[in-house]
Amino acid sequence: MAESDAGADQLAGGDGPPPGGGGAGEVSAVTGHSTGTPESHPMRAILPVWLLVSIAGDLLFWFLAGPHIPPGRMTSSAGGAVFDFNVLFVIAWPVVFGVWSYMAYALWHWRASRVPNDPVAGPYSRGHLGVQTAWIVVSTCIVIGVFIFGTVELVVPSGAGSAEGPDPIWTPSSHTVLPIQVIGQQWKWTYRYPTFGGFETTSLVIPDHTTIAFHVTSLDVIHDFWAYQLGVKADANPQQDNVAYTTTEEMGSFVVRCDELCGLWHGAMFNYGRVISKSAFAAWAKRTKAQLAANTKYLPPFQWTYVPDANGADGGYYPDNVDPYSKVEIYGAQKVKL
Amino acid sequence: MARSTRMLIVAAIVLTAAGLATFVGMAFLRSNPPTIDFAANHKAGQAVDIRLQTVGSYGHYPHPTWVTYMTQAPDGKWVHTTLWDLPAHTRINVTIDQYDSGSPLRNQQIGQVEGTIGGYMTLNGKKVKVLDSYAGNGVGHTFSVPTLGINVPLYGNSSSATLCAVAPCSATSSKYPHNTIKFSFMTPGVGQYPWQCFVPCAAGFLYGNSGPMQTIGYMDGFLKVVNT
Repeated sequence: MAESDAGADQLAGGDGPPPGGGGAGEVSAVTGHSTGTPESHPMRAILPVWLLVSIAGDLLFWFLAGPHIPPGRMTSSAGGAVFDFNVLFVIAWPVVFGVWSYMAYALWHWRASRVPNDPVAGPYSRGHLGVQTAWIVVSTCIVIGVFIFGTVELVVPSGAGSAEGPDPIWTPSSHTVLPIQVIGQQWKWTYRYPTFGGFETTSLVIPDHTTIAFHVTSLDVIHDFWAYQLGVKADANPQQDNVAYTTTEEMGSFVVRCDELCGLWHGAMFNYGRVISKSAFAAWAKRTKAQLAANTKYLPPFQWTYVPDANGADGGYYPDNVDPYSKVEIYGAQKVKL
Repeated sequence: MARSTRMLIVAAIVLTAAGLATFVGMAFLRSNPPTIDFAANHKAGQAVDIRLQTVGSYGHYPHPTWVTYMTQAPDGKWVHTTLWDLPAHTRINVTIDQYDSGSPLRNQQIGQVEGTIGGYMTLNGKKVKVLDSYAGNGVGHTFSVPTLGINVPLYGNSSSATLCAVAPCSATSSKYPHNTIKFSFMTPGVGQYPWQCFVPCAAGFLYGNSGPMQTIGYMDGFLKVVNT
């Protein structure tokens, strides 16, 4: 950090005498401006403005913009993401504004017309031990604090809507978790409800105020299940059961997109889901189960993953030469965690 | 030869090569199958009839071995395309002659007929709502428009039979076996709606998912819904 204090005692460390002698009341031969009164440290001028704008900006953001930050509060993980974003903004804004204001001060105060000969050494390029120490200490505290905050915010809400793989270590405390299998294939999502007879549908409907365990998998290439307003995002990998938890807190509709470039119609691989009341969900599940019963009986037994390379058009095109007509070999049994 | 002359020759060669590469690249990127206009001369309230066929191998340049859809234009000619202009808010009656073989589905969920008027299709004249892909010849292809919730599985032919291998196949010929699937759906408002086959039917490609499965004009296309 440049030190603008032109006091003679500050210049003794240079290679030679200070420009223009540097004494109080003299006119610098280099800068051409009076050094008669030692300049106060720039931070003293910036600090009050920085403090005021930082507090005002944080308050305005927290109370005016904060409640409207996407993805909203439809689920615990979405609300958690909003809270985390707002906290990070409140921490970041004073830092950003501090850097901006100091940069603006430097641009103005040490502009070429004021310091025509552009000194590259001496008082203008000297450091300030106190400021440097404060900068390092504050930066370290912020980074470590954000690290702890982020870790807690990931662990406590059971992964915060992100995928934890097949063996989640951060599981929800709720004893009633609704499992829903999310199956990606080029290029659509289908959803299987194992606790409702295992029917499979293109509609993702979930009950309000319920903890959901999304078991995400794929039948072909890598997709990514991104239920934006739910704050849930999980890669869909073939033969992998990728689990993500969330708890619904508001009713409404949400969009599901594929967030992994997966081929020609990747951009069209989306659909819409709904969070509805528990009673409406029970009615929907019962109705859908009945509607799809004719096809559900032909579905393979529910498994957490399915082997995708053993089935397809006419068989024989696949590298493992598995008999495509064998129901046993088509769907590889994996652990069941219902 | 003078140094400047040599440099000019090299520059000319480089520029020519770059120009050719650009031309070929742009020609490749801009090449699209033609769009069949089913919206022209359409009168309000009138249904539109479309006839398609699925063939196990196209039989022509540039990909004679690729599986493909074919579209019959209003003038009766078969065209190698999957792009159609359709009138908005109109009943579309689709007839598909399925000449390819079938197999169990990778995901039996697409054995369910969805999104059609009445929620069914007719297979060789019989009303069908669900196809068990493990039974009989299985499913060869699907006609699916995910954004409109439409899915129609197309029953396969026996793979032991001699199948039509060069498009277009003649629906009036008894030489090659085929299944005739009929269904109807309503077009929505103006927009472009991608449609596709959901069976990974690209023979010779890893997991059956590349080649014709990723190429417009073969197993993917657009419903271009327009106002008339």
